Amino acid sequence: MRQRAAVTGVGVVSAAGLSCGAFWESLRAGRSAIAPLQCVEPGALRFARGAEVRGFDPLAHFEPKQIDFLDRFAQFAVVAAREAVRDAGIAWTPELRRRAAIVTGSCVGGQSSEDSEFVELYKKNRPRVHPLTIARVMANAGASHISMDLGVTGPCLTVSTACSSSNHAIGQAVWMLRSGIADLVIAGGSEAPFSLGHLKAWEAMRVVSPDTCRPFSRDRKGMILGEGAAMLVLEPLERARARGVRVYGEVCGFGMSADAHHLTQPAKDGARRAMAAALADAGLPPEAVGYINAHGTGTSANDPTECAAIREVFGAHGDRLAVSSTKSMHGHALGAAGALEAAATLLALRDGFLPPTANFTAADPECDLDVIPNKGRAAEVEYALSNSFAFGGLNAVLVFRKA
Amino acid sequence: MPEDLTERILDVIAATQKLPRDKLSIDSSFSDLNIDSMDGVNILFALENEFNITIPDEQAKSIRSLRDIVDGVRGLIEGSGQEGVALSS
Repeated sequence: MRQRAAVTGVGVVSAAGLSCGAFWESLRAGRSAIAPLQCVEPGALRFARGAEVRGFDPLAHFEPKQIDFLDRFAQFAVVAAREAVRDAGIAWTPELRRRAAIVTGSCVGGQSSEDSEFVELYKKNRPRVHPLTIARVMANAGASHISMDLGVTGPCLTVSTACSSSNHAIGQAVWMLRSGIADLVIAGGSEAPFSLGHLKAWEAMRVVSPDTCRPFSRDRKGMILGEGAAMLVLEPLERARARGVRVYGEVCGFGMSADAHHLTQPAKDGARRAMAAALADAGLPPEAVGYINAHGTGTSANDPTECAAIREVFGAHGDRLAVSSTKSMHGHALGAAGALEAAATLLALRDGFLPPTANFTAADPECDLDVIPNKGRAAEVEYALSNSFAFGGLNAVLVFRKA
Repeated sequence: MPEDLTERILDVIAATQKLPRDKLSIDSSFSDLNIDSMDGVNILFALENEFNITIPDEQAKSIRSLRDIVDGVRGLIEGSGQEGVALSS
């Protein structure tokens, strides 16, 4: 029998809160962390808002010398992983360290380190950049720093599939547990995309909202970028039960697909196939699912496509499902998005409380689902989906089960 | 020189889309030319550079045809008083 993947620890660094508890409190309250950007001068961009992590003091977590080696996205990764491991009450032994794995997701890696060093080169005409630039920028820096910080010596890797990165990463973790190659996996994602060069690239794509993120609303104007990290501790359910630790829930299904269609336009069929594959992997009929944490970016293209795909997968049950996009509160944290949303989904199942879609103004007939507008609600749900659909048409869907 | 402006805009679009210039006319729609939303964003970027203008997102969203583009660019150039500079560059 294959091992069941239980989540026993959760760690979060996000605009909506600097710990798992603070994050969940914000989401429960429907409080959006989207605010005027502080990282750039006003007027530098056509958009002015983002979900920036505020009040994060690297010196509260790292020695000054360590910080030289750590881009912001890697700092978030380590801090979230430490919280998750602490939360899971892991008692490290040499054997467990060898049998533990790490899988992180990141879309853009050490963006701000790259940006600031290239400013030295191109703008300040300095002839050299910092020797740690490569090591700070590499997308696997988060996973590497977690392994060094915790002394984890088993399989350790990073998945980079744009906005699906951390769902793909958590899926790999589930497979590692099922296959028996690891007894514990730290999995999730981290991202810190707020550099001027990167924001300019988003501006040029014309998909960022000039005001806020209003998923599924008729007057939605686009996505809002976010940053942060979330890490889960996953271990075989039997092992978790044997050591008597509290279990948040299980990741009981994982489905992937590629649209094979377009670099930036989503395709309904790819989303449909990923959700269907996840349900098949979990061995569930669509009617078992009570909640979907949607990809829900708030763009004109994603939301109706995702809703249509949900309709195709769930049929008449679509009218009984609750669907929300928590990106309306924590922003779209790209390679960390799936991990933040996994945390939100697990906490929703645990507490029997579904987080809302914030900033909702008016229903869109093309997004004709119960999107939990603005106010979260109590609901006992046993199974939930969390969708991630990436640029490049790479889709990853996770199924969670209440503990 | 409004006709010259139209020609220059069509030149930019043809170059961006790797299309033969004679396939384009001001009456072409995006769908006639198989131009999708990402192609559209690329065209706007090229036009912003060519004419030193900034095309707002809201205005960009309503563009469906080459005529929409020509009208929009002309409006922006006239509005900014940059025509002389841009067209002599």
